[in-house]
Order: sequence, then structure tokens, then C-alpha cells
Amino acid sequence: MTFSTEDMARRAAREIPEGSIVNLGIGLPTQVADYLPEGHAWLHSENGLLGMGPFPFEGDEDPNLINAGKQTVTVLPGASTFDSAFSFAMIRGGHVDLAILGAMQVSAGGDLANWAVPGGKVMGIGGAMDLASGCRRVIAMMQHTTKKGEHKLVQRCDYPLTATRVVSLVITELGVFEPTGHGFKIIELAIGVTREQAEAATGAPLT
Amino acid sequence: MSGRHKDKIVASVADALAPLRDSMTILVGGFGLSGNPEALICGVVERGVRDLTLVSNNAGNLGKGLAQWLRAGIIKKVICSYIGGNEDLHTRMASGEVQVEITPQGTLAERMRAAGAGIPAFFTPTGVGTVVEEGKETKEIDGRRYLMERALPGDVALVRAHTADRFGNLRFWRTGRNFNPVMASAARLTIVECDHLVDNGRIDPDDVHLPGIFVHKLVHVPEHENAFEYRTVRKRA
Repeated sequence: MTFSTEDMARRAAREIPEGSIVNLGIGLPTQVADYLPEGHAWLHSENGLLGMGPFPFEGDEDPNLINAGKQTVTVLPGASTFDSAFSFAMIRGGHVDLAILGAMQVSAGGDLANWAVPGGKVMGIGGAMDLASGCRRVIAMMQHTTKKGEHKLVQRCDYPLTATRVVSLVITELGVFEPTGHGFKIIELAIGVTREQAEAATGAPLT
Repeated sequence: MSGRHKDKIVASVADALAPLRDSMTILVGGFGLSGNPEALICGVVERGVRDLTLVSNNAGNLGKGLAQWLRAGIIKKVICSYIGGNEDLHTRMASGEVQVEITPQGTLAERMRAAGAGIPAFFTPTGVGTVVEEGKETKEIDGRRYLMERALPGDVALVRAHTADRFGNLRFWRTGRNFNPVMASAARLTIVECDHLVDNGRIDPDDVHLPGIFVHKLVHVPEHENAFEYRTVRKRA
């Protein structure tokens, strides 16, 4: 048995200290919010919102109240809105405690690649580089290998980098891993996943 | 003789856009389709200027907003942070019709903030060790490496505000604020389209989001489409 995406989101939520400021990346990390107890943490959205709430009830959606993925959201009591320069000052200035980001590759040294596939369609950088290099802690949430079975936890990234030496924890369907510089330390494995299975799926030594 | 801050209110979008010329650099507020100056965006196509350099976070999406400028063929270059979902830009970038400079989002905002604040360049950690660093000066400060990014001024900024008073003091609505204030500060001529226009004094000084010093022309546009990009909702219990 591997972790389902819900399991991964639930596991990632456990990394969020009470009373912290968190930015959840587009895609899989967005689901982490579903597993946070009410009032546990403040969600930051880089388009200019702190104190982001869940999706609105039908009929309450506002086209000028969106998250960084351009989905309609809500504001919680205590929320604030601000401009993009101020929002990225919060990120770059080290005021955002944690970013949980999707990843295409993570290296043993904690390098993150999550914005471009070599030879693929250019999607752009968005807030990825600012978040990765500015937030105090970065957790990568990703599938352990590509659909073709290629390694994504690697010795060195060969995809274009987002930032160097920033990832402190990687959560995949196989378990939770920490980049050590030389490889990845197993923090935990999903129930039923063997060490051998994780080793075969990882492009760097596991300890 | 009158100063730049006399009589900012213009009767129509066409009047507001009269000063636009070919080859200008135009900063356009909005994040995706939120907080877009929709009427001014449409008006620029009708104005008939071309070879524009557009600075925008997304340069339109889903065929809407600034995608109209792409379809009208009036853009030479786009400086933006993200183009995922914007097929109009993907195809024109691939064909070489439009040159695209992709910048990290925070760097894009800060480059305009710097331009508005009289700072010609700054050092940032964002992009160090990535393709963004290529061709840029780097410097180690207190043991950490930074790269130098230059200010990004514009000839014209097109801005959307929720409420404006007659001097041009602005308030924005929710995440519609985004790039609008920094862009207003970074251009030689800032044109604002507001949903609500009120007399001076009706916005308390402490409630002003952007002081009118950054605003030069103001057009009242009460009706907006306010396009949704991704309408995500919960069911009521």
C-alpha cells in the first residue's frame, strides 16, 4: 500500500506548526488545507492574501477573490489583502514560515526543480522561485517517480532549477524523506512499502 | 498653467487612452483575469496602437483579458511571470511573433516597485543558481549570494480600482489589488478605471490604498464583466 494523495496531504498537514504562516503551492499542496484544524495556521496566497479560507459556497463566489491558482476562495476573520510587491516582501523577507510545493525533481542536496520540463511547454515561473528561496522552510510534495518510472528524487537535478539547497523534507506516495546532501534519509515509509521498493524508486542512496 | 494633478477625470475610455503611441511599454494590472482594467484593455485595441511591450503577470488567460491584445497582433514583447493556460501567448511565442521575457513573480513586482521608488536596481536572492541568473551581475552580501535585477519603468500603466475619489486616491477590492499599485507608481502616465467614483473626502485618508499622486487620468466604468477563471465552490450543507 502506498499513500493516497489524501494520506500525503494529511501527512503534510502534520508538518505545519500551530500559529504559523503557510503558503500552499498550486495542485497537490492545495489539498493540505483540508486537513488543517480550524484556526491552526494562516494561509498566505502570493497574489495578495493572508488568512485565506476554503472555497466559497455556491452563489458566494467573487471573481476578485482568488488564490494563486486563480480558483475562487474566501477570507477568514483576521484576513488581510495587499499588493503583489508587499506579498513577495513577506515571502522574500522570511516572514512566511513554510511553503509546501509541488516538485518535478528534488536532489540529495535539497535543490528543487518544479517549473519547467526540458523540451516541454513553457509554463513560466510564477511565484515558485520566490517561494522556494524566500520561505523559511520548504517541503516538497510529489509523486516518487514519473509516470514512465523515472526517478524524481535524484542525486543532481537535470531539470531547470527553481532554487538550490532549499528542500528540507519530501513527501511522496512511498513515504517521507529528508535530503541529507549525499542521499535521502527515510523518515517513514507508507505501510506496506519496503525499503527495497523505495531504494529502487530513488535515484540517490537511502539511509 | 496647470499641474499634472488638475482635472484627472476624463469622459471616456477613448479620451483616457488618447496619449498612447506605438512602441510604448504598457504596464497592465491584474492577476490572471482578476483586478483587470477591462474597459481600458478593450479600448487599447480600438485605439489602434501597435508594437507594444506589455508588462503583465499573465498577459491574459483563456482567450480573455489581455489575450485580446495578442489576438489583435499589437504586442511585440511580453514581460510576465506565468503563461500556463494562455494558449494565445503559447502559440505566438512558439511562432516568434511575440518575444517573451519570463521573470519570477516577486522580482517582477519588485522591479516595478523599485522603478516607482527611484531605485535603478536591487539585489535579490530569487533566481540565484537558476536560468534567471544568466547574464546578471551577482554579489555576495553577508555570506549569501544575490543577483542584480533592474527597475522596470513603463510609459503608461493601466490600473483597475474599486473606488476612486476625484484626486485619484484609490481603494481596491480583495485580491483585485495585486500588481495595480506598483504599476501605478512605475509609469510616467497612469490611467485608472474605477468601479465607483466619489468626491474628495469620501475616502478617509487612513483608508487610502494608493495615494492620488500616482494617478494621472481617471475614467469611471461602473459595469464590469469580472470574468471567472476557475469557479471553485463548496456545496451548502
